[in-house]
Amino acid sequence: MDALLERDAERSGGDRSRGAPLLDVRNLSVAFGSIAAPFRAVDGIGLTLHAGEVLGIVGESGSGKSVTALALMGLVDEPGRVHADRMLFDGRDLLTMPLAERRALLGRDIAMIFQDPSSSLNPCFTVAYQLVETLRLHKRGSAKALRGRALELLRAVEIPDAERRLEAYPHQLSGGMAQRVMVAMAIACNPRLLIADEPTTALDVTIQAQMLALLLKLQRERGMALMLITHDLGVVAEVAQRVLVMYAGQIVESAQVPKVFETPHHPYTEALLAALPEHNIGQRRLRSMGGMVPGAFDRPSGCLLAPRCRYVQARCSAEQPALFAVTDGAARCFFPLHTERAVAPSRP
Amino acid sequence: MSEPRPDPMESATAGLAPTAPKPAVLEARGLAKHYAVSQGFMRPKAVLKALDGVSFRLAASRTLAVVGESGSGKSTLARQVTMIEVPTAGALDLDGADVAHADAAQRRELRRQVQMVFQNPFASLNPRKKIGHALEEPLAINTTLNAAERNERSRAMLARVGLRSEHHARYPHMFSGGQRQRVAIARALMLQPKVVVADEPVSALDVSIQAQVLNLLMDLQEETGVAYVFISHNLAVVELIADEVLVMYLGKAVERAPKARLFGAPRHPYTRALLASTPRIDIAARRQRQVLSGELPSPLAPPSGCVFRTRCPHAQPRCAEEVPVLEHVGGDQWVACVRKDEIG
Repeated sequence: MDALLERDAERSGGDRSRGAPLLDVRNLSVAFGSIAAPFRAVDGIGLTLHAGEVLGIVGESGSGKSVTALALMGLVDEPGRVHADRMLFDGRDLLTMPLAERRALLGRDIAMIFQDPSSSLNPCFTVAYQLVETLRLHKRGSAKALRGRALELLRAVEIPDAERRLEAYPHQLSGGMAQRVMVAMAIACNPRLLIADEPTTALDVTIQAQMLALLLKLQRERGMALMLITHDLGVVAEVAQRVLVMYAGQIVESAQVPKVFETPHHPYTEALLAALPEHNIGQRRLRSMGGMVPGAFDRPSGCLLAPRCRYVQARCSAEQPALFAVTDGAARCFFPLHTERAVAPSRP
Repeated sequence: MSEPRPDPMESATAGLAPTAPKPAVLEARGLAKHYAVSQGFMRPKAVLKALDGVSFRLAASRTLAVVGESGSGKSTLARQVTMIEVPTAGALDLDGADVAHADAAQRRELRRQVQMVFQNPFASLNPRKKIGHALEEPLAINTTLNAAERNERSRAMLARVGLRSEHHARYPHMFSGGQRQRVAIARALMLQPKVVVADEPVSALDVSIQAQVLNLLMDLQEETGVAYVFISHNLAVVELIADEVLVMYLGKAVERAPKARLFGAPRHPYTRALLASTPRIDIAARRQRQVLSGELPSPLAPPSGCVFRTRCPHAQPRCAEEVPVLEHVGGDQWVACVRKDEIG
């Protein structure tokens, strides 16, 4: 668990001005439905991620966090439409590069872990077969060499008795083991960016703690950038250096990690934190936020949170706020909390 | 609600003054469920001890939380308590009546007293039946109320769980997850049960919706005096809603204590590990980080002695020989660990 302890030290002395970011996304939108009346599952989000950085993305179901990841991986299928001003990975635009090149990049430089390991593995093939398949796609080598590499990978993700697990079928693995195999597959080609979409949601707490420690260890050893998508603010608190809070397809707050929990700038972030059982111990009732996330057909015209926000003003229902820069981050709110006053709008 | 219900305020203080114990609405003594598992053609069947001697007592208006990892026997316990299955051993008293010795008519009556709310609100409602039908069905089966009375009752119940009267004629697919869970809770309460077993009722919901549903559950308990068996793996939720907590591991109870003691002074190494593994936001609230290695052993071949010893940081050779039993350590706290005094 030293990985988590070191994370705290790292965070306090973090220096994030390390030249060009590994991932630089501007104004990314993913729309579904008709051209005339599109539904924007992701609505103009921008994010940057440096090598060796851990970025958390939190939000409730339907906030667009998974679709964002799928768009980065190029996995949004028709009729979904992906637009972005730019989507630079290591200085090259993922959207304009030839498809074959982008494909070669996936799995090699950018890899992803999904939520449900048992449905991400093919039930008909052994662990060895599926690992070697990934390796063969990106690397050359004899069958024996690739198999040796597969075994190394299983050891790297701390699977006990790795030799025997190579011949196991997915149904013979527990959820935690299956997720470790998924991680092994994702790091097979030493990716520079690992996107983990709710990697621990399906796991028990003790296994979740093991998995988070493993992801952090691998991230540090290999200097990977890690994008961790989760709905659990506790996980963000323990793992991430920076966090993006999403609501109904938009980024509503971007902040540094330990800080966001003390001084959230956006009312939604504050309400999310207030609704956590851990912050209500000893209270008679949880401070819950009424209503729910707006769906495809009931998006409010002004600020998307306006109908649920306890600080709502006339302006909020009329105009959509932009992402304003605040101390150490940004918040999509006309009246950000814990700040003197709203500063000029940040990047468009 | 025609029948008299215990005063919720009175029961709230009952935990502080254990002098006059309230009558239990649900009591389990050494409850066990063993399944025979096929090992293949011609091979002898193996015995899987899904639940192995669990005891507890639950009074009206109180909440017992059952926590543990997958495979710890939480849901098996729920199936015994709701009389879906017949326990292999042990006794279960519901509202003072022994379930095992009840005849068919009595069992039918007892079943009304204990209802269930399931984890997945998308799977627990029939997609072809309107919400009104789902709510009225228990009444149609168990009471002699006519259609108009049933309709009236179900509409009243909808209002109590925070839904509107027009929702009565809608189908489940027209509701969000949180609303469906409200419907499931309403359905469980239609027969005014004494006990509701809630199996992970909020784990499929988002944080803001989870808070709404937890508040609803607490409000309903205050109004009706229903007792909850609240099954959860989320210790933060348990810390909020429970009065007493039962920690299970591989079919056995390893610790049972009032909430304040369990969270303030956990004694069993497994309870401590669970608390330490839960991600926390407040750095001050984060406990000494200590990650359990390994996974739950196979229930078909449980370790000898203490079932937790294969993952326990304090395990010693004697743990493989002695089977720990739940022992009283003061303050209504019970721990099953042979080294509990040595490890403090």
